[in-house]
Amino acid sequence: MSALLIGIAQRDLRIAFQQKSELVQPLMFLLMVVTLFPLGVSPSPDTLQRIGPGVIWIAAILSSLLGLERLFRDDFNDGSLEQYTLSGVPLSAIAAVKVLVHWLVSFVPLLILSPLLALFLNLTLPMYIALLLTLLVGTPLLSLIGAIAVALTIGLQRGGVLLALLLIPVFIPLLIFATSAVDSAALQLPYYPQLAIIGAMLLLALALAPFAIAYSLKVSQN
Amino acid sequence: MQFESFSSFLAMGGYAFYVWMSFAVTFGAMLLLAVGSYRQHKVLLKSVVAEQARQSRIKRARAKTADISPE
Amino acid sequence: MWKWLHPYAKTENAYQLCLTLQPWLWVGALACLLIGSVWGLAFAPQDYQQGDSFRIIYIHVPSAILSMSTYVAMAVAALVGMVWQWRTAYMAMIAMAPVGAVMTFIALFTGAAWGKPMWGAWWVWDARLTSELILLFLYIGVIALYGTFEDKQQGGKAAGIMALVGVINVPIIHYSVEWWNTLHQGATISKFDNPSIAPEMLWPLLVNLLGFALFIAAVTTVRLRNEIIVREMHRPWVVKLAQKGEK
Repeated sequence: MSALLIGIAQRDLRIAFQQKSELVQPLMFLLMVVTLFPLGVSPSPDTLQRIGPGVIWIAAILSSLLGLERLFRDDFNDGSLEQYTLSGVPLSAIAAVKVLVHWLVSFVPLLILSPLLALFLNLTLPMYIALLLTLLVGTPLLSLIGAIAVALTIGLQRGGVLLALLLIPVFIPLLIFATSAVDSAALQLPYYPQLAIIGAMLLLALALAPFAIAYSLKVSQN
Repeated sequence: MQFESFSSFLAMGGYAFYVWMSFAVTFGAMLLLAVGSYRQHKVLLKSVVAEQARQSRIKRARAKTADISPE
Repeated sequence: MWKWLHPYAKTENAYQLCLTLQPWLWVGALACLLIGSVWGLAFAPQDYQQGDSFRIIYIHVPSAILSMSTYVAMAVAALVGMVWQWRTAYMAMIAMAPVGAVMTFIALFTGAAWGKPMWGAWWVWDARLTSELILLFLYIGVIALYGTFEDKQQGGKAAGIMALVGVINVPIIHYSVEWWNTLHQGATISKFDNPSIAPEMLWPLLVNLLGFALFIAAVTTVRLRNEIIVREMHRPWVVKLAQKGEK
């Protein structure tokens, strides 16, 4: 069982690094969305510092929506997903591994890119540390919950916009707590409560999402 | 009755526009929903009958070609 | 304990049950809505702060409460469908979705129309209105997901999962928005600053609440029958029913 799971993880990682453009494009999108705000709202450092955390989080959510579909689409189209279902290993475990790999290849680069975004939006160092922590705890949540919606819409031809419609309302609490943590950091206030709440949501999703993903995949395969 | 006259009832203490608009839109939306649901019911019944007629036409056409083809 | 429910898992029985319940639900809904609205509009005392504009409460609060409980009811139906493999439960869930969405729309509209004279703006990012708006998005998601599926059986299951994901999120959204709201504008006056509402104001509200609930149930029975017809189009009893209805 563990051999199969490790095999899937290795295979997914290899595929992800072979298709580099798919990895880089959502990141470039993120960068460009963030660039639009100083141009569209105001380039004044104070304004940027005030809206910065929200902008980065909104851009992260939007760019994550672009890359999510990749999570199960290829496996669904070439039939390997059916093989996984028949392999005897719980589908929820396979789903968890795939989500983990997806997080590694799509959000870890985002974490690496985040200092640049913080510079663009004139965030102070405490703000940046808070932002990094919220991204670290919050982005796995994006992958986990996003995977449920991807699993549901995988069999559909026109899944793209639908995915956004399904997920954006669900991500709102995360956005609220994450930006408020950074805002608290800006005021030199403790922001652990917000982080703890995001952590609680992550644990809840970690416990429930793999089963929801597995069930959704079964529904999609019919 | 809280209002002295019918016209003061209609005026709603100066808030007539907001109060009456709210009630009108609410009951309008509810009426539309109910009427729409019943209309959908009628359309569906018609489509079931049409589908059934189509199926029996297909069956008849098949039977006819089956009669002719062995000749 | 739940044995009596089992026959209604069969669509034909559920259809008959809807037909029997329907007239009673309609009569009850119309009576309650008429009594509650007239009572609230004409006989309930004026609010000393808000004047007569507070009479919007008699439709705003019932629709807001029931828009949330309809979503919960959808999730319960989805869970029942998932656990006991009842197709009828999924159909009931789908039947409820547009009704709940209309309730949410009503709550939003009346909230805006109440906010204009009270706050001076049609839309204020007040906690209740904001979470109601997000609830509308959740409804739209479920309806859109179901609508995209060609295979309605599969679509029902998928929409059910989404409803369950949403229902876990409803309380989180509610509290996060409330907390966000106090953070950003602690000074706005809440509509219900005074929680002890006078009984002569409360009674019409409760009557209307019952009226809205019965209305939702009545429309749901109609829509559930439609849903059953769509999915069971080729069953002999549906065909017979349709042919009888046509003549």
